[in-house]
Parts: sequence; structure tokens; C-alpha cells
Amino acid sequence: MIPGDFEYYRPNSLDEAVQLLATHGDDARVLAGGHSLIPMMKLRLAAPEHLVDLRNIASLSGVSESGGDITIGAMTTQTELITSTVLSEHCPIIRETALLIADPQVRYCGTLGGNVANGDPGNDMPALMQCLGATYILQGPDGMREVEARGFYEAAYFTEMNDGEILTAVRFPTPAAGHGYAYKKLKRKVGDYATAAAAVLLSMKDGNCVSASIALTNVADTPLYAQAASDALVGTTIDAAAIDEAVALAEGITEPASDGRGPAEYRTKMAGVMARRAILEAKERAQ
Amino acid sequence: MSDAATMTLEEREATLGGVGTARKRKEDVRFIQGAGNYVDDVKLPGMVFGDFVRSPYAHARIKSINAEVALAVPGVKAVLTAADLKPLNLHYMPTLAGDVQAVLAEEKVLFQNQEVAFVIAEDRYIASDAAELVEVDYEELPPIVDAFKAMDEGAICLREDIQGKTEGAHGARKHDNHIFTWEIGDKEGADKALETGEVTVKELVTYQRVHPSPLETCASIASMDKIKGELTLYGTFQAPHVVRTVASLLSAIPEHKIRVIAPDIGGGFGNKVGVYPGYVCSIVASIVLGVPVKWVEDRIENLSATAFARDYHMTGELAATKDGKITGLKCHVLADHGAFDACADPTKWPAGFFNICTGSYDIPVAHVSVDGVYTNKAPGGVAYRCSFRVTEAAYMIERMMDVLAQKLEMDPAELRLKNFVQPAQFPYNSALGWEYDSGDYPTAMNQMMQAVDYAGLRREQAEQRDKVARGESRSLMGIGVSFFTEIVGAGPSRNCDILGVAMFDSCEIRVHPTGSAIARLGTKSQGQAHETTYAQILATEIGIPSEDIGIEEGDTDTAPYGLGTYGSRSTPVAGAAAARVGRKIRAKAQKIAAHLLEVAEGDLEWEIDRFKVKGLPEKEATMKEIAWAAYNNLPEGMEPGLEAVDYYDPPNMTYPFGAYLCVADIDVDTGETSIRRFYALDDCGTRINPMVIEGQVHGGLTEAFGIAMGQEIAYDELGNVQGASLMDYFLPTAVETPVWETDFTVTPSPHHPIGAKGVGESPNVGGVPAFSNAVIDAFSHLGVKHMPMPHTAWRVWQQCKESGLTK
Ligand SMILES: Cc1cc2nc3c(=O)[nH]c(=O)nc-3n(C[C@H](O)[C@H](O)[C@H](O)COP(=O)(O)OP(=O)(O)OC[C@H]3O[C@@H](n4cnc5c(N)ncnc54)[C@H](O)[C@@H]3O)c2cc1C
Repeated sequence: MIPGDFEYYRPNSLDEAVQLLATHGDDARVLAGGHSLIPMMKLRLAAPEHLVDLRNIASLSGVSESGGDITIGAMTTQTELITSTVLSEHCPIIRETALLIADPQVRYCGTLGGNVANGDPGNDMPALMQCLGATYILQGPDGMREVEARGFYEAAYFTEMNDGEILTAVRFPTPAAGHGYAYKKLKRKVGDYATAAAAVLLSMKDGNCVSASIALTNVADTPLYAQAASDALVGTTIDAAAIDEAVALAEGITEPASDGRGPAEYRTKMAGVMARRAILEAKERAQ
Repeated sequence: MSDAATMTLEEREATLGGVGTARKRKEDVRFIQGAGNYVDDVKLPGMVFGDFVRSPYAHARIKSINAEVALAVPGVKAVLTAADLKPLNLHYMPTLAGDVQAVLAEEKVLFQNQEVAFVIAEDRYIASDAAELVEVDYEELPPIVDAFKAMDEGAICLREDIQGKTEGAHGARKHDNHIFTWEIGDKEGADKALETGEVTVKELVTYQRVHPSPLETCASIASMDKIKGELTLYGTFQAPHVVRTVASLLSAIPEHKIRVIAPDIGGGFGNKVGVYPGYVCSIVASIVLGVPVKWVEDRIENLSATAFARDYHMTGELAATKDGKITGLKCHVLADHGAFDACADPTKWPAGFFNICTGSYDIPVAHVSVDGVYTNKAPGGVAYRCSFRVTEAAYMIERMMDVLAQKLEMDPAELRLKNFVQPAQFPYNSALGWEYDSGDYPTAMNQMMQAVDYAGLRREQAEQRDKVARGESRSLMGIGVSFFTEIVGAGPSRNCDILGVAMFDSCEIRVHPTGSAIARLGTKSQGQAHETTYAQILATEIGIPSEDIGIEEGDTDTAPYGLGTYGSRSTPVAGAAAARVGRKIRAKAQKIAAHLLEVAEGDLEWEIDRFKVKGLPEKEATMKEIAWAAYNNLPEGMEPGLEAVDYYDPPNMTYPFGAYLCVADIDVDTGETSIRRFYALDDCGTRINPMVIEGQVHGGLTEAFGIAMGQEIAYDELGNVQGASLMDYFLPTAVETPVWETDFTVTPSPHHPIGAKGVGESPNVGGVPAFSNAVIDAFSHLGVKHMPMPHTAWRVWQQCKESGLTK
């Protein structure tokens, strides 16, 4: 439970951070809140020789809404997501999800950027970002580029991000006013990763569903955007039949591992139960 | 003279703070301010650190160990292996159960994370880095993980060091992987009762492998002063004196040159009773290097390598008449002891006090047999917040009572009421050989049933079942009844010893001239509030306010010899010694008072904190005055001072009991259980401090909840330990923990000087079956008899599926 040796850096600018990563290549890792990376270092599952701490780079924090988009800096902590008035007003599902992550101590340190960049299928924010249709903004030695959250995750801990790149922010369209939402997470206890979780965002018009977006957490080696399940709701009144179909389609794309939370079969079913409950609550909340 | 002269009786009682007072825990002043002093807080000049190289395999032959690269790391002082310990005959150490355990693996490793080499370095980081560089070449062997396969014909022999030995510490061994068979009771009679019983039930009830998981892991610091030839050993020891004796026997250092200090301990729950390789290696390393050596386990090491608890596969059988009178009990236990038999039981009891398994019931005939086996798992088998194997026994009988009730179509509470040992039967001799000291079970049960409106709950349950059947609800309601009898306070020397040392305990007191006192005891608090409660016992006996009595434990140079704290023995044994030492003080004080007041001893009567002359209420001598006189104004010929010591060998154990009830709601779609209500009535005899009792009950119930609902040290088929971290091993937080309702009755122990029994462990013993019974009761109307613990959401969901409640 003691990490290997490493050098620690705390650059004051993004350029400096990118430079440090370029200099040290493979042996360097970005450090954000440290609540995924440091546990892995203690178990020696990760042994970076150079840690580049981003906490002094002020431009990486904060939440803003403009031009129909919400942008959240990568270093914004989960606590800041919970207390942000912009998010409570325009996108309350982020607060709902963040409150289900770990415990207050973890949330004071853990960042949105670290949560989505880590590539851990257990993390809750990646599926939520897929649900919201978010774009990740990456800065590397060759400049800036953007990657869709729905195309970002390749396998557990493998993402589209290249060595030497830093995630600076996520951006997503502000959900329509009156949208319905819910994040439902089954876990064994406070501080546990999901047995299964589902994020649902939808809009209703005259009793019909006009848009829907469903994503699942920790039921495959990446977060899952449930396109077919989402589509199954659109154009319906979200009646029992539509929900059954969406749930079955959501269950169908899962490929969970068996672990202490339960065997694969159970986790698939729980993805369905969470999706069902999230759809019902989102429908209830939609105006 | 002082205010004391003008105080009312009530005010004097309150100032005394004696038995029965809800006095705040004295030790919490330092604990809640982060000012405790735990082993890891102890820093000695020149101290170095040790870390283990552990086996990645559950079963493998060690072909070679190469420490060259590790030794070359700057700051590394030494690397110990079995080859270094062997010449000292320390590569194996004796266990409390009469077996030996490898300190560092010699030819084979027998469980994952077994200790293979000990790396000592200037700091922890270097030790940890270097441990990774020790090269161990293994040849993997097939592991035995399933206890039921350990004694298969042709099963690979795990313990080559004792291969072919047909006689073990507890009699014959019938297989290389067999440790012992322990039998008690009337086999013929029990067989007959089962054959002829009008109604019989049989069920395999497994109590899974769990871990006590104290917040503070195990640790030690050994400091050998080579010039004086003295060894000082700091450690997380629940029984420091026993550790001193064992250390002396192992090291050949004379016992008076060994000082064992157990400073503050952050929870033990049985995990800190035994002796671990880390302790031995820190001692050897300090002897070799001549500097203090510290060893501190990390969480994964604690959960995967130091003593586990339970792992009992119990096949229970009950016979009864058609109207529910039990006529006989049989039980066979397959006990998985892991790679070495390192159970922490009194030496003659290889299955602890499992024969308390007739529980609270008047069962005429019973028979128990236990087979201990070796597997490729960590050794242990400690009493996790219970007396030795008592939680296992209580779980078996309380599960079987529900199984029988179901078969009889009788209410589980009614079946219990029908079979209780009756108040008039005490002292009661159980079919399996115990003499229960006192109890009033029907009163406790009825008080519980009234408090929770038991009949009302059953009505509600029936309505809820109908709703589920009609498809109006997806929530099942379960009601778990548990009525337990504990057996605590080991113990009478006639049947309890540890490595030959009788299990008495002790208290020594010195009353100072100004009327305050210091008392020392042979036990060791790990959070049980001994500093608070022992002072209360003494206060009542000698009339000095508990605030003015300091309590010390844990330093073998100052405390009288005792056998330590576990098995709820502190109050029954050391607490009795405290009461008796107080009586010795008061007897001498009475003589001094007679001298001061110039009357005969017999003319005096005791009142709270002073002696008064009968019939002359204004003539009195307070304890404060007497203490002063003990040092300057004594009767002719009396030895000065006011000190006493008492060693107490209890005539019997004490038998606390209780009636618990749990109401659980189960979400059939997810399998999640939510505990709606938990009521715990405890009878621990005389109540020394109600607030401390309540705290102990809350803690024990929380652990019971953890065990029943989530705790498990599981292994995969290769013997890899699963989830040995707090992410997977379920320690409930305040969020998961249910609300506890506590209650009590008082049936004093007739043989204990103040009538007190133990309480710290009762809630774990009684709690586990209450939770488990509640979960299973939720499915009883569907014909479900038993479900495996822990009742995690997925397991319960599995049952929902099997019962056709969900797809
Ligand atoms: C007990 C416990 C329980 C937890 N439970 C949950 C849970 O239920 N749900 C959940 O979602 N999370 C959970 N977490 C994880 C927590 O939310 C982490 O804080 C989060 O996953 C990572 O964020 P961080 O800021 O701590 O990142 P770090 O740990 O600092 O970094 C994580 C990884 O991302 C990389 N990284 C970080 N920031 C950037 C960036 N800006 N650009 C590029 N790479 C970057 C790092 O190099 C590292 O590889 C838990 C953590 C703990 C300790």
C-alpha cells in the first residue's frame, strides 16, 4: 500500500503542463484529484515516475453556460458540480449523479476531468456525459482537438486520449427547458461503484416523447450509450410496452463482469431495473 | 470538613459515579481529539521498518529465494527468510491450538499472501520497494479451496511438515488434511431421538469466512537492548501477558527481561489475540540488528493474512413432537481452519464452546461432532466479537429453530417460548455439559414481543404478502426472531487454560494518601471503555469517586498477570477481581476507621463513601480520611499503606442472553434488503454503566449487520482471496447502519461478586441470526427454508428469481 518513487510537478499553466508531459513521455501522468490514480499507485497497479498536478492551473476550473452550451473545466471538483447554481438550474442530472459518487471526502478532491479521463467503467460521469452528448476538449503538444464522449471509450482504462494530451474541459448542449432526467444507481454501500446504473434524459411534448437518451454505467468494460433503447422511447407516450422494449434493448447491450457485486446475469438485469426506474422518474419529472 | 459533609446521600452517590451510573467514557477525551497512542504512533530512536514478501499463490513449492537485488537497494538492512530462522528454530511457531504455523514459508506456501521473506530497511518506502525486488521462484501446486474436498481420497497433502502424523494435538487424524475430530454429548441418545422424532428437520447452515477487520491493523515494534539483554515489545495485543510468556518460551529470553506493552488499541474483535509472523520477525530482526524494528500491516494484509473468523459448515438436525417440544439435537461441523490450526481457543477446546449450541432451549439429548480440516486459505478461526465459536453455535440453533417452526407450521416465537429453559431450572445443566448460571428467558421474550407488537407485525406481514401476490407491491416483509444465550468469562481453571496458563484474571490497587487511587488489571481494552467501567466497580466497593481512580492496563512490567480481553471475559473475570480487591481495601479501611473513631469494627456500618458508627450518625470516617490515616495514623501493629491485589479464578462462566427482533423489507427487483426496525433486549446481569452497554450493543449490532448482509472473505477456485479491501469487504457506514432500539432485563449472575455478566459480544451473537432469519422469513411462505449468508442483494435476488418473484 505504498507507492513507488516519483517526481512531483505543479505547473502554473496549461502550456507548461503539456510541456512536462512531452518531456517525460510514457513515464508521466497527469494528477487531478488523485482519488483514482493514488489508490492505483498504492497498489502499484500504476507506477508513474513523474506526476504533473494540474491544481494550480486556474483556467481548468469552473462551470459556464453560453450560446446553448454548458462548459465545465476538467479540474472542477465533484463538490463544485453539486453546488453549481448553473447546473442545478439547467442540468440537474449532474448534481444527482455527483451526489451518488463515493462520499463527501472523495467528492471534495475528485474532479470531473479525472473521472471521465480515467477510463474506469465503474466511474459514473462517463455514461452521464454520453447521455448528455458531451464533447471532450483535449490539449496536446500539437494543439487542441475534440472527441465525442460516445466515441471516447475503447476498453477499461483505454480511451481515445493520446499520451501527452490533457483534457481541458467538457462541453454539451444545454438540455431543453422542462426536460425529464434521472440517474439511478444500485450499489452495495456508500463509497461503492455501481452494480449497475442508468442515466436517462428525455423531453415530452403533448404527452409524447420527442427525444430520449439513455446510457449505462459499469455493465461493460466501457460506459454504454444505449442508442436503440433511447430510440424505442421516442414517439411513444412512454407506456408500459415502450418501457419494456427500451429496458430489453438496454439489457441486450450489456456485457458485465462477474465480481463481488454479483454475477454477470444479475448485473445485466440490474441495468434493466435501473434503466426502468430512471425512465419512469424522468417521465414524471418532464414538463 | 469539606462539602462532602453537607452533601445529601443522592449527591454523594452522584459524586461517587459507581455501578449503575451512565458515566461518560473517560478514554474518549483523548480518542476524539486524535490524542490516542497507538503502536504506529510509537517512534523509537534508530527505529527501522519491516515489510513482507508474500506469496502470490495459494499453494506452491518454493524453489529458490534470491534477495541479492533487494539487499543492494540503499537503505536496506537485511532480508530474513526461513533459512535464517531455521537455525534459531523460529521458522515455525506454536499456535494457541497446539499446531505450528510457519513464520516464514520454508519449502511450500500454503495460502495466498503467506509470509515468505521479511525485508528490513531504514524507512517504510524503501522496505516496500525492496520487497518487490526479492525474487522467489515458485512451482505451482493444485490448491484445496473447498473444505468439503479436503479429505477426499487422494487429496494432495497440504501440510508436508506433519505428513503421516496420525495423532494431532486433539487426538487422531484420519487424513493428511484432517486436524481433529471433537465430539461431545450422547451420540446414541441423539441418534435415537432423531430416528423416533415425530417431526425432524435437517439443514446445512454455513457461516461464511469473515474477518474481524478492526480499524487499526496489527502492528508491533521490537526493541532489543543487547547490553542489558532486555526486549521491549510494543504491539496490538489483546492479551499482552500471554504474548510475553510465548515470546520468552520462543526466544529463550528470561521472562523478566521481556516487557510487553500494548498501548491504545483501535479495535480487536479477536483479530489481536493470536501471535503473528510479523511479531516474531520484528523480534528476530531487532535481535539481529540491535535496533528497534517496526512492522505495521496494511489493510489488504490484515484482511487476507491475519486471523479470519468462522468458516463453519454446520449440519444441524432437530427432532420434536408434533406440538413442538424438541426432543433431540444433532450437529456435525466441517470446520475450515485454513493452512495452519491457529484458532484462538482455550487450549483444550478445539471447537471453542460450540457445545453451547443447545442455545436457550431445554433439549434433553444432544450430540455434536466437529471435524477440523486444512485448506489453502489463511489461518485463524478467532472469536470475532463473541466467545469462542459461540456465534457459530447461536447461528446454527437459531436458524434451525426457524427451520423447525416452518416444518411445524408454528410461529417461530411460539416455538421458542415452548422450549425455553424455565427460570426455575437454573442453575441449568445443558445436555452438552454446561451449567447455565441464571436466566429468565420467557420474561425477556415476552417483553420483546410486547415492545414491538409482534402479533401486529405478523398481521402486517400477512397483508403485505397478499399485496405482493396480487401484484400491488414489489416488497417482501420479513420478521427475524433470535433468542440467544452466550457463554462468556473464560474461565474456570478446571476447564480453561491457554498453553497451560489458567484463565484467571487480576486487579491490583494502590490507594494514595490523598484518597485517589491507581488500579491495574490483566486485561486490555481495545475500545471497551475499561478505564471507565472498572473505576465504577471500584468506586462502589471502596467509596472513592470513579473520577479519582486511574485505570491502567497493557504494560506487563506494571500490570498484574492476566489473560487479556476477548470472549467478553473482562467484566466476568477481571471485573470480579476488581470488586474483590475493593473488598480487601474496604476491610482494611474498616479496621482503620474503627481505630480513628475509637470503636469496635463491628460497631461500624458502610454508607456510600464512609464508615459510620451505628446509632451515632455524626461519628463517621470518610474514605478520604481513612486513606490519609493509612499512611500516618494506623492501629497498633498494622502494616502501613492501602494496597491490595486479587487474582480471580471464576467458579463458572456467565451466561448473558437476549431477545432480538429484526424487521426487513426486501425489494424483489434488486434483492436489496432494508432494515426497517431492529429491537435488541439484552440481559447482562448487573449493569455497570448503561451508556457503555448501549454503545457496546450498537457496535456489536452494526458488526452483526455487516456480517449477515455483506461480509465475506471469499476465494476463487485457485485460492486467490477475493475483495480483501474495504471497497469489497463490507464495513457498514453510518448511512447503511440501521437505527437500534435497545432494552434490557436484569438477571444477576449468582456467582459473580457483583452479579455482572459480559455484554460486548452478545449483540454480534444474537444479531447475526436475527438479520438472517428476517431475510429468510420474508420467503418462508414460499417454502424457502434456508438461504446462504451473507445476504447480499444479488444472493437475495437469486432467491427472488428461484421463487418466481422476478425474472
Ligand atoms: C472510495 C472511493 C470511491 C469512489 N467511488 C466512485 C463512484 O462511485 N463513482 C465514481 O464515478 N467515482 C468514484 N470514485 C472515483 C472518484 O470519483 C475519482 O475522484 C475520479 O474517478 C477521478 O478523478 P480525480 O480528479 O480524482 O482523478 P485522478 O485520480 O487524479 O486521475 C485519474 C486518471 O485520470 C487522469 N487525468 C486526470 N485528470 C486529467 C486531465 N484533465 N486530463 C487527462 N488526464 C487526466 C490521470 O492521469 C489518471 O490516470 C471513488 C473513489 C474512491 C477513492
